[in-house]
Amino acid sequence: MYADFNWAIGGEAGDGIDSTGKIFAQALSRAGRHVFTSKDFASRIRGGYTAYKIRTAVDPVGSVVDRLDLLIALTPRTIEENLDELHGGSVIVYDGERTTMQNVEIPEEMIGLDVPLKRLAEEAGGAIMRNVVALGAACEVADFPIENLDSALQKRFGDKGSSIVENNKKAARAGQTHVAGEYDYQEFNYDLETTDEDYVLLNGDEAIGMGAIAGGCRFYAGYPITPATNVMEYLTGRIERWGGHVVQAEDELSAINIALGAARAGARSMTATSGPGIDLMTETFGLIATSETPLVICNVMRSGPSTGMPTKQEQGDLNQMLYGGHGEIPRFVLAPTSIAECFHKTVEAFNLAEKYQIPVYLTADLSLAVTERTYPPEEFDMDAVEIDRGKIVDDETVAEWQTEDGKFRPHAVTDDGVSPRTFPGTSGGAHMTTGLEHDELGRRTEETGMRVRQVDKRTRKVETASEREPFEPRTFGDENSDILMMTWGSTEGAMREALTLLKEDGVDVRFLSVPYIYPRPDLTDEVESAEKVIVAECNATGQFADLVEHDTLSRVKRINKYNGVRFAANELAEAVKSALNGDIEEATEVQS
Amino acid sequence: MSSEIRFTDFKSDAQPTWCPGCGDFGTMNGMMKALASTGNHPDDTFIVAGIGCSGKIGTYMHSYALHGVHGRALPVGTGVKLANPDLEVMVAGGDGDGYSIGAGHFVHAVRRNVDMTYVVMDNRIYGLTKGQASPTSREDFETATTPDGPKQPPVNPLALALAAGGTFIAQSFSSDAQRHAEIVQEAIEHDGFGFVNVFSPCVTFNDVDTYDYFRDSLVDVTETPHDPTDRENAKSVILDDKKEYQGVLYREEKAASYTEQHGLGSNMSDIPGGAPAGATDLVREFY
Repeated sequence: MYADFNWAIGGEAGDGIDSTGKIFAQALSRAGRHVFTSKDFASRIRGGYTAYKIRTAVDPVGSVVDRLDLLIALTPRTIEENLDELHGGSVIVYDGERTTMQNVEIPEEMIGLDVPLKRLAEEAGGAIMRNVVALGAACEVADFPIENLDSALQKRFGDKGSSIVENNKKAARAGQTHVAGEYDYQEFNYDLETTDEDYVLLNGDEAIGMGAIAGGCRFYAGYPITPATNVMEYLTGRIERWGGHVVQAEDELSAINIALGAARAGARSMTATSGPGIDLMTETFGLIATSETPLVICNVMRSGPSTGMPTKQEQGDLNQMLYGGHGEIPRFVLAPTSIAECFHKTVEAFNLAEKYQIPVYLTADLSLAVTERTYPPEEFDMDAVEIDRGKIVDDETVAEWQTEDGKFRPHAVTDDGVSPRTFPGTSGGAHMTTGLEHDELGRRTEETGMRVRQVDKRTRKVETASEREPFEPRTFGDENSDILMMTWGSTEGAMREALTLLKEDGVDVRFLSVPYIYPRPDLTDEVESAEKVIVAECNATGQFADLVEHDTLSRVKRINKYNGVRFAANELAEAVKSALNGDIEEATEVQS
Repeated sequence: MSSEIRFTDFKSDAQPTWCPGCGDFGTMNGMMKALASTGNHPDDTFIVAGIGCSGKIGTYMHSYALHGVHGRALPVGTGVKLANPDLEVMVAGGDGDGYSIGAGHFVHAVRRNVDMTYVVMDNRIYGLTKGQASPTSREDFETATTPDGPKQPPVNPLALALAAGGTFIAQSFSSDAQRHAEIVQEAIEHDGFGFVNVFSPCVTFNDVDTYDYFRDSLVDVTETPHDPTDRENAKSVILDDKKEYQGVLYREEKAASYTEQHGLGSNMSDIPGGAPAGATDLVREFY
C-alpha cells in the first residue's frame, strides 16, 4: 500500500466536476489529511473532458504523481484519458445505468464498481446529487469516515438551507451503503487515516489575492483571462471590507492604466493577467518604470504563443517578462515556487514595488494558480506581515525635497537611485511625471547629462535592491552533492518529492529553487562547485537555463516539458537520472 | 482656500512649445480658470494627458500630473479618481488620442460615469506628426496620408457619448474664452463624467477648420430654445449635420456617479503598517 492515495473524478465540462472535486478535497482536509489537487480542464463551458484530481496523504504533498487509485468516471472518455495512470487494483466507480456507460469496459485487474449514481440521487431528492452519491461510494472504498464529507457538504451547501445539506448527506450515504452492500472495502486495500490537524485548503490565485489584501493592496483593475481571473474574483467582495475596489476594465490596455492611475494616487495597486494580456500591458510597462510608479503585475502563465493552450501549464513567458517592452526598462521579476509562497511573495512584491518605485512582475504558472493545497493555517501568519512604503514624503518633510523656488523633485537623483514620493494631496508636493525622458522635476528633457543621470538612477535602483534585499534561492536536498538541480516556479513541488525518490535510488542531489528571476541570486559558486548542473522547466527552449548559462558562463543540462502538463514527481526523478547519463548538449524532454 | 487661488497658480513656468496662435493656449487657459473658479488647489488636482500636442498640457500646468501613453489617458484618470475621490481629476487629450487610438476607452469611460472632467482639444488634424487625417477630419480633407480626403465620415464624439449613456456632453471653442471656461467649469461641477469637446484650431496644418470657420459658424445653444436636460433636444443638436453648436448639449443630473454607485470615498493610500485588522478571517475562510 502506498502512503498516498490518488483520487479523481472526470466527465464533461458542465458535469460539476470541479465543485465535486473541491468538496472531496475539503472533506480530506477537514479530516486532517494533506491534499494536493490538479485539474485537467479545457477552454469550454460544456462537453469535452475535464477532471479534478486529488492526491492525499498524512504527510504534506506538493506535487502530482502519475498513479490513480480511485477514479469516478462519468464518461467512457474519462477512463481512456487516464489509462496510463490507472493500475491493477485501481477502483473505477461508474453508473452502469447511464446510457453512455452501459457498455463500458473496465480494464483487466482493475475493480469496476457499478453504482447507480443517478437513481440513488433521485431517491435521495434529486438527480443533481449524483456526484455526491459517488463521493459517498468513494468514502466506502477508501474506508474514509463519511462525517468528514458531511462537514464539507455543510460548508458547500450551508447557505442554501439545511434541507439541501441533509439531502446531500442522504445521497452520500446512499452511495456508501450501496458499495458496502455489494463489496467489502477490504478488497480495495485503501484505508484513509484521519488526524486531529487543522488545515486550510487554497489555490495559488487565492493565495495571491489574500497576500495582496494582507500586503496593503486596495486597488485592482483587470480583464478576465484564464487562468488569472480567480485573483480578480477572489478580491471582488473581499477587498471592499478594507475600503478597496476592483474594476473590470474594457481590456488589458485599460486595466493596467487604471491600475497605474490608482498607484499614482498612492494606492497599493495591482493587475493580474496571462500571456495575451501581458502582450497588451507591455505597451504601458515602460511608462510605469520611467514614471517610477510602484505597480504589481501578476502574470499567471499559461501555454502560448498566441492563444496557445489556455488551460494548460507552461513556464514560457520568462523572457517576455525579463525583456518585454522597447528601450531598457528596469523591473523586478518574482516567481513564487509554491502556493504558500504565492502569499508571501505577493506581500514582498508590494513592498519591493514601493521601496524601489518600480514595476514588479509576480508570476505564477497555471499549475500553481489552479492547484489547491493544504497548509497549516500558521503558514499564513497575518501578524508577521510587514509593510514598507519606502521613501514617502509628507506635508512636514516635503520641503527637504523641493528646489529653492519650492518645486518638488519626484525624480531627484540620489545615491541609491530611489527618489522621494508624495501622494497627491500633499501640500507642496505637486509635480508631473511622464513617459518622456525628464529632469528631476518630471519635466521633459533631451539634455544629454540629465538623460544619463536619470537612466543611471533608474538602473541603480535594481543594483541597490540586489545589495539590500535577501534575494536568495530556496535550498533543498544534499548540500554536499556534486549534482546540482535547479528549477523555478511550481516545479519546486515535483522536484522536492523527486529528491526523495532519487535518494531511494542512491542518487543524492543538491536542489536550488529560484523565486527571484530578476534581480536574481549570483549562482556562480554553486554552479562552479558542482560536477553536473541540471535545470528543469516547463518550456521548450530552457529560458531559465539560458540565464544560468549566461550568468555563470557554464553549460547546464536541460530538462524540458512543454506538452501542457506539469512535471509529476516520479517522471522528473526518471528524467534527472537519464539527464545525468545524457549528452549535455541535448535537452532531456519529458512529454508524458 | 478657494478665495486665495488664482488661475495662474495652475500655470507652471515651462514655456509652451505649441505653435504661436495654437488653439491649445486658449483651451488650457479656460481649464485653469475653471479649476480656480471651482475652488480647487494644485495640490489636490490631478491632470492626466495623452500623446500629441494636447498631451503637453500637463507640463505647462501646475498640479499633480501624469503624461501617459497614447490613447490611455482616460483609464489613468479613472484609477486616480477611484483611489482617491477627494482629488479633482481632469483628463486632457486630442482628437487622435481620444477618438482614434483611445476610442474604446472613451466609450467605456462615458459608460462608467466616473466623476472627472474630460477635455478634448479637437483640431481635426494630427498636428505633432505634421499633418495627417484625424478621426474628426472632414471626408474630403486633403492631407499627406489622404491626398483625396479620408473618404470616411468623421467620428461624431458627441453622438458617441450620448449613445454610450453620457451624463454631461458639451462643446466649446478655445477662442471664445469666457464661454469655454464657463462650460469647463460646468463639466467640473457635474457629478459624473463631464465631457467637453473643444474646438482648438491648428493654425499650421488645418486650413479648413480655422478660427474664422468656428467664429462664423458655431451656434451657442444658450441663444436657442435648447433644453440640455431633454434627451430628444440633445439628440437633435448633436446629430444636426448642417450646424455645429457650443454649450452644454446634454446633462443628466439624476444619474449616480461611479464612486456613488460603488460607495467609494476613502483615500486608498491610507493603509496600516501590517496586515489590516481582521485579515486572519481570510485564512479562516479556507478551513
